[in-house]
Amino acid sequence: MIADQLPALQIVIPMLAAPLCVLVKRSNACWAIALVANVLVVINAFALLHQVRTDGVIRYALGGWAAPTGIEYYVDTMNAIMLLLVSFISCVTLVFAYTSVKKTVVTGKHYLFYAAWMLCLTGLLGISITGDAFNVFVFLEISSLATYMLLAFGSDRRALTASFRYLIMGSVGASFILIGIGFLYAATGALNMVDLAQRIPDAESQRAVLVAFSFLTIGLMIKAAVFPLHGWLANAYQHAPIAVTAFLAGTATKVSLYVLLRFFFSIFGPNYSFGAMLLNVVLLPAAIVGFLLLSLVAIFQTDLRRMLAYSSVAQIGYIVAAFCLATQSGLTAGIVHIINHGIIKTALFMSVGCIIYRVGHAHIGSLDNLMKKMPLTVTAFIISGLGLIGVPLTVGFISKFSLIGASLERGWWMVGALVLVSSLFAIVYVGRVVEIMVFRSSRTDTPEPTGMREAPMSMLVPMYVLIGISLWFGISGSTTLSVASEAAAALLGGYQ
Amino acid sequence: MSLLAPPFLYLLAAVLIPVLGSRSRALLLLLVPVFGLISLLSYGYGNHLVIPMLGFELTFVRLDKLSQIFGIIFSIAAFLAAIYAWHVDDKIQQMATLVYAGSAIGGVLAGDLITLFLYWEATAVASVFLIWARRTPASYATGMRYLIIQVLSGVLLLAGLLLHYNDTGSIAFDHLGLVSLGTWLIFIGFGIKCAFPLMHNWLQDSYPAATVTGTVVLSAFTTKMAVYALARGYAGTEILIYIGAIMTLFPIFFAEIENDLRRVLAYSLNNQLGFMVVGVGVGTEMALNGTAAHAFCHILYKALLFMSVGAVLYRTGTSKASELGGLYKTMPVTMVCCLVGAASISAFPLFSGFVSKSLILDASVSNGYYIVWFALVVASAGVLSHSGIKIPYFTFFAHDSGKRPAEAPMHMRIAMIITAVLCVFIGVFPGALYALLPFEVDYKPYTVSHVLSQMQLLCFALLAFVFLMRNGLHPPEERGVNLDSDWVYRKLAPGLMPAIVNAIASTVTSAQSSAKDAVVSFTRRVAGISRPGGILSVNWGVNSMVLIVTVMMLIVLLFNFS
Repeated sequence: MIADQLPALQIVIPMLAAPLCVLVKRSNACWAIALVANVLVVINAFALLHQVRTDGVIRYALGGWAAPTGIEYYVDTMNAIMLLLVSFISCVTLVFAYTSVKKTVVTGKHYLFYAAWMLCLTGLLGISITGDAFNVFVFLEISSLATYMLLAFGSDRRALTASFRYLIMGSVGASFILIGIGFLYAATGALNMVDLAQRIPDAESQRAVLVAFSFLTIGLMIKAAVFPLHGWLANAYQHAPIAVTAFLAGTATKVSLYVLLRFFFSIFGPNYSFGAMLLNVVLLPAAIVGFLLLSLVAIFQTDLRRMLAYSSVAQIGYIVAAFCLATQSGLTAGIVHIINHGIIKTALFMSVGCIIYRVGHAHIGSLDNLMKKMPLTVTAFIISGLGLIGVPLTVGFISKFSLIGASLERGWWMVGALVLVSSLFAIVYVGRVVEIMVFRSSRTDTPEPTGMREAPMSMLVPMYVLIGISLWFGISGSTTLSVASEAAAALLGGYQ
Repeated sequence: MSLLAPPFLYLLAAVLIPVLGSRSRALLLLLVPVFGLISLLSYGYGNHLVIPMLGFELTFVRLDKLSQIFGIIFSIAAFLAAIYAWHVDDKIQQMATLVYAGSAIGGVLAGDLITLFLYWEATAVASVFLIWARRTPASYATGMRYLIIQVLSGVLLLAGLLLHYNDTGSIAFDHLGLVSLGTWLIFIGFGIKCAFPLMHNWLQDSYPAATVTGTVVLSAFTTKMAVYALARGYAGTEILIYIGAIMTLFPIFFAEIENDLRRVLAYSLNNQLGFMVVGVGVGTEMALNGTAAHAFCHILYKALLFMSVGAVLYRTGTSKASELGGLYKTMPVTMVCCLVGAASISAFPLFSGFVSKSLILDASVSNGYYIVWFALVVASAGVLSHSGIKIPYFTFFAHDSGKRPAEAPMHMRIAMIITAVLCVFIGVFPGALYALLPFEVDYKPYTVSHVLSQMQLLCFALLAFVFLMRNGLHPPEERGVNLDSDWVYRKLAPGLMPAIVNAIASTVTSAQSSAKDAVVSFTRRVAGISRPGGILSVNWGVNSMVLIVTVMMLIVLLFNFS
């Protein structure tokens, strides 16, 4: 009985948790409510993934209204992965947030913080699960509005301007997406994704479809922070409360990338997106220039959060480049990297969170000899940093390996070569930080800050859970690769 | 059982390091190579530990005679280095040493290219910590350069293996040959680690920058793993003969004028690699035997030389020839060990270098490479001059520096004595080494003509050295000798081959400086736009972001309409 309702529960649980938080108002209780809801959602997502992999695609008519009239939730392997990834990362960062939020967010507003978190989670899960194009926009707005709020909770006053900038850019992106969906509706008369996919081939010649496609491309590129439309990201990541940064870095851009996949592959179809529409001419160069330039920019950053933010944009470049290959192995590589990068980047931001919690800042030059004071945190940073570079036995290697393999298979060996060059840049920006933290001895002229000890357990445990998972995925790469290749096959196969 | 296979054993021990006390860590470092060797020898020939990973069947232990001899000598080297580093109480260095040695052994045991690549990268990442562990700004910069070059080699290997896999559908690591773009890339990747000419700078740059013990460890593994890889994949590739011959010759000039003794040793390491590469290039059974044997002996005597110079550095704080001299009075054991190492590297009869180098020399002659043979002979004379005489002479004799350091610590002396004994043992009883070689050996090193010709060569080289010293023509040992500063070369008194030295040095220097200028100005420009405040990482305002959106939209529409 309950097994049939899983898709609805996935959204309803966090959505109910949000107002509950506002009613309860007590900080710890709110956190507990959010966490319980989140754990349920993780279990639910896991069950969904299992169900999809054994029984095939789930189509769930919300409220019993069948597809063209009502809203439909459509779950295949691809979005089951996204649901699990988003809810799991949210769950882990929520545990992590408990201590760090106490320090950064004004005490009286904790309940709003957790309520916003739950709404954001609802939105992200909703985007992933829905099978209705307009519903995507609705959930996108829910998650975006909640995100602006979460960002503004940053203790730094610059958080407000960062949030405002993101609000403008996010709204521009969302309206582009809305316009795109509107044009599609005008051209085909459908909003359901499956219907859209069926009707677009007949309407392909219409100019409206073409315009819709262009608007959607740009809108999604903004939300996914694809170079050169990534301007909002660095500030937002730097000034938000670090738990929020960790949460968003692993989920928000990834969900937008998922929507990109859904539209380009399931709805428009790869032949249209990458054949007739020449997306390769626009998207691929943007992705490549993005991962090269932004890796370079990351090298020169002085703030750890900003460095990681730019590295995120670079990694998104890898993912988009993998999509552009538009082959089974290319998509597999992209999807695997969505998972892997989500995990490592969250772990990295968590370690930065630990550092900020104890040291009070994330200025790279002043983190000398941190290894002595916070060995566990620094070790976590090193392990996930190696993952970012793509050293063998880490998840990053699985991604890099499959991406390069896919580009060679397609015959685009230049792409593979440039990925390798860019991974050399990653060595520099990670290596630089590691060298400072591990080897550079403390400057004698500055007094030892008090309270320099290891971060609290409540922050270390979730971080090491992620690192454990990343090592597991890195060593037995076949787990993620097989799921991702199923998802890629589902995307390329179109809707049944 | 599989966890006790040599590479995994080392990695497992490395994980244990952080939780152990100081003495037990040093003991662990000592025991792991012993058990690793036992475990290695307990495997029969063939493929073991085939594990499915990344959608491939990866072979983690492939044992045959070629990989066996490299596995054995790597274990011995790790053991000796552990004794020598008994005093080191630095978890990071100890972990790095274990991971590094373990992955080098893993690399030679790898049965397929992907496994090889895994360990190839691991050696790069682990070894850089031995350089950074010196904790100076210079060592940081050097380490970073080293890491980038090492990883570049790995990157080429990865790209090459993927291309090769696309071409042939096989990831087996057997004879590859230069047949396709993929195998060329792999070849260049190997070449970087093997310090081919013009790809060699990382070696002289980094080895002298590492810690005293770190250099001893570094000298053993990376390059020899590359020699093994070449021998496995590219035996009989003719171009290697000429590459190897150049490698034996050109470092001589630099080694002669270099003042930092550890850098001299790094150059001579490069030169010795040349002999092995020639052996691989000739590719006959005898030549490959020579390569394996020479790698075996070379690891020992080069470690011995680095150990003795390291002991001097440890006691006096310097390894500059100009600041040393007369140390034989207070460091007699170190001096004797250094002389044994010097005699071995110069291939004196009854020392290890003699029994291995002559295999390669004879192989090149018997296959008709007379010019190469001649180059190797000239190079041998050069080796005698810069490693055989210069190192011990300027350290322990020459003009008295007035320094009276204590003898090397007990554990260093033990390590050096064991190594020295091994060098002599191999020289006297070559049969023991020959039994380990990949192919049947039917070779007698101690014939009258061999010994006689080698002694002639050595005597004349010695004579030349004495003559040069007497007449003040030998390049002076001065502070601040540095490859990039050309005044050094101008100060060289007109002596032996000054024209050649000058020509080579000035071309290299001018090429280097113009390349450097170009790189520097390009880097400045890139850094300028990437730095905080530069156009790429400044906080973009809302206006400019929306402008970019508009421009992108135009581009998209433009392309989509066309």
